[in-house]
Amino acid sequence: MIEQSPKLIHAFGALAELGQEVANKNNFQETIRTSLHLLSGALGIMRGGVARYSRYAREMNMLAVRGLGDEFPLSLSVCVEDERQFLANGLNVIDARAARVLPFFQVYATSFERRRVELFVPLVIRDEIVGGLFLGEKATGEEYSSYEKEIICAMGRHIGVAISQRNLLAEIERHSEENRKLFDDLRRTYADTVKAFATAIDCKDKYTEGHSVRVGKYTELIATELEWSPEQVEGAATAGYLHDVGKLTVERKIINAPYRINAKESAELNKHPTVGYEILQAIHHPFTDVPLAAKYHHERLDGRGYPDGLYDREIPYIAKIVNLADSFDAMTTDRPYKARRPAIDVVDDLRRNAGKQFAPELVIAFMRGILRELKSETKDRRFRRLLGREYMEAEGLMPAISSALNELEPTSTLTYIAVNQAQ
Amino acid sequence: MTENTSFDPDPAVGTPSAQSAIVIAGDYLNKLTGEKIERECRDKLNAGAREIVVDFSETEIINSIGISILLGVIDDAQNAGAKVVFSDLKPESAELFDMLGLTKHVTIQ
Ligand SMILES: [Fe+2]
Repeated sequence: MIEQSPKLIHAFGALAELGQEVANKNNFQETIRTSLHLLSGALGIMRGGVARYSRYAREMNMLAVRGLGDEFPLSLSVCVEDERQFLANGLNVIDARAARVLPFFQVYATSFERRRVELFVPLVIRDEIVGGLFLGEKATGEEYSSYEKEIICAMGRHIGVAISQRNLLAEIERHSEENRKLFDDLRRTYADTVKAFATAIDCKDKYTEGHSVRVGKYTELIATELEWSPEQVEGAATAGYLHDVGKLTVERKIINAPYRINAKESAELNKHPTVGYEILQAIHHPFTDVPLAAKYHHERLDGRGYPDGLYDREIPYIAKIVNLADSFDAMTTDRPYKARRPAIDVVDDLRRNAGKQFAPELVIAFMRGILRELKSETKDRRFRRLLGREYMEAEGLMPAISSALNELEPTSTLTYIAVNQAQ
Repeated sequence: MTENTSFDPDPAVGTPSAQSAIVIAGDYLNKLTGEKIERECRDKLNAGAREIVVDFSETEIINSIGISILLGVIDDAQNAGAKVVFSDLKPESAELFDMLGLTKHVTIQ
């Protein structure tokens, strides 16, 4: 034993290096190649190979080979019986010649003998076969001693762990890829559902056909003009699509009344923001502002809106956007009791009501969007598609928007919050 | 097929005979880069060398990777029917080679 101690020290040096190699997040292939070198060099083994086990294919696929030659198979199949025996054996050395009862050693007997592969170690990590070690004869020509077999197992465990880690990593990567796809699918499904819902809301209101869908689109245009992130724009659009969801519970005859509705009917209709909020609050949305947009889309900066008569900064930003989109669509589409107003009138209305009903910075963003399209600075003609070409080409529209933009100040000059608190 | 690497035989050192080739082990031996030495030897064997002389004059210590690479050189040479000579080996290295059985396959100079 004393004369073996330098050997032992040399082997332990290799073991320590192998542990380090596996711990370092190096290239996996290089780690495996280095591992095989360390193992061969630790004990003076002439040839060998490290394989990774594929559970699905039941194959030992060579990751690194030394001195096994071109004829040695790079992929060795394992049968159910072999698998069971390897698992029962655990991470321990198997003498290839003594294990001839197993199909694995019978099938590959010629290959093993030709390259003098004497030992096989199934790399069993946590009751799972992750790979295998194939080891040839020692340079001394001597038999493997029991302590050498122990060193082989210790090093095999390191290699097995490296393979196992690699497998886990690959699995995580695959899962995250699947998750991303799944998430994208869900988002698409959600967006489709939202649009389908908007269409359903609009069906109830035959005179304002397509209102929710258009409000969704105007809301999206405003959010885009505000340079929000794609996700925020999507959230804003959703808020627009669903803002009138509460109308689903309002009697059809009130919504479709071809006249100005009376006070009682008006009170009934005015419940729709709160009802909408309650409906949307019960749904788990990817965008948190959606229920708030429904609840407060009829609020005005000057506190004269409903249901809560909120002032300026008390109103959620998203609700201000939807309010502008909603009002713009109401002005630019025919209603049962009112024909749509000319574009220049609408621009004038927006300008005059900026700071009263609408947030000035939003009016600016909206008008800037229209103007950019009129000047052909945008890729797609989204306003034209929503409003019609003729409407958009109205005489003097461009100068009207330009002068309104010059006049508007981006920040709200109102101090409604103070007024509200004083009341 | 001569790779322009630092362990190429130095022309100044010269070749002992037409059938003999010298490779300098250097300190590349102990890393994965040492595999270049194996390729170098294989090239020389393919070119008809009957003897590979591995020069250890620039090699201080040899670790397990180095041993493995030298075993690869020995294996390739034996398959080609050529012999391997180790020259200028440090005593500690010679002891290690003896212990691991490398000396059974090579001539030490
Ligand atoms: Fe509404």
